[in-house]
Amino acid sequence: MPKSQFLGVFLNGEVTALVVDDHKVSQIIHHQLLNFFGIKNHVVGNRKEAIEIPYSGKKFDLILMDRDMPVLNGIEATKKLRDMGVRSTIAGVSSHSISEERQEFFEAGLDDCHEKPLTAAKLLSVVSKIKSKA
Amino acid sequence: MDVAQLKRQLFEYTTLLFHEGFLDEQFTQLQQLQDENNPDFVVEVVSLFFDDSERLLNELATALDQQNIDFNKVDAHVHQLKGSSSSIGAQRVQRVCIAFRNSCQDKNVEGCLKCLQEVKHEYSLIKNKLEILFNLEKQILAAGGSPPV
Repeated sequence: MPKSQFLGVFLNGEVTALVVDDHKVSQIIHHQLLNFFGIKNHVVGNRKEAIEIPYSGKKFDLILMDRDMPVLNGIEATKKLRDMGVRSTIAGVSSHSISEERQEFFEAGLDDCHEKPLTAAKLLSVVSKIKSKA
Repeated sequence: MDVAQLKRQLFEYTTLLFHEGFLDEQFTQLQQLQDENNPDFVVEVVSLFFDDSERLLNELATALDQQNIDFNKVDAHVHQLKGSSSSIGAQRVQRVCIAFRNSCQDKNVEGCLKCLQEVKHEYSLIKNKLEILFNLEKQILAAGGSPPV
């Protein structure tokens, strides 16, 4: 069964995602990974753009948030988005596995967190946590 | 050389790269994401990795050449290199980056310089090997075969 069909079993209708990562290599991989699963996705290169998204009226079911970015890091961006009332499922992607940092990231409002690099298996786990459409 | 022979060569070469620790599971993940809609996906990602790494290696050389080395800056560059090498499965580059970060944290100049040489070496090795791999794939396509998934 093609992957996107499998996902269709527990995703009702179209799922949209936002990738927040300033690293080109990660951007292209996450974009393709989501495409492969039939998830329409938009990529932004920095946190500032990410926190401007709610103002644009666009809503996403899933936000993949990279933790380490210059200017506004993933933790602060997640806090800001939650404060703005964003209810999307937010999954953190981090190259740090230190528990205190993960804890801090979760406390900012994450629903899930995975270590880089993201794989199909990790994405499946994230997608299974998507709440009803934002 | 016919398609079957080329495919065998590609298979053996790829297996060797995995066996010698040049590539890991993550590279397989990338290959699995390649399809008819995105037939050049792996080459694209790896090319980005090459560009990115070369830029970072230059920045590292510059940063370590300063009178007063900014170890935070050096660490930030190594962190990025570690991230992108792990994203494409370049395991040996990633490993050197881990040691490199330790030297940064210890503010060990000699350690950092040694790691820079090592990471440059590992990078040029993986670059060379991936170019050979892609070349074999090209030859298979040119000979009328479809690249193995």
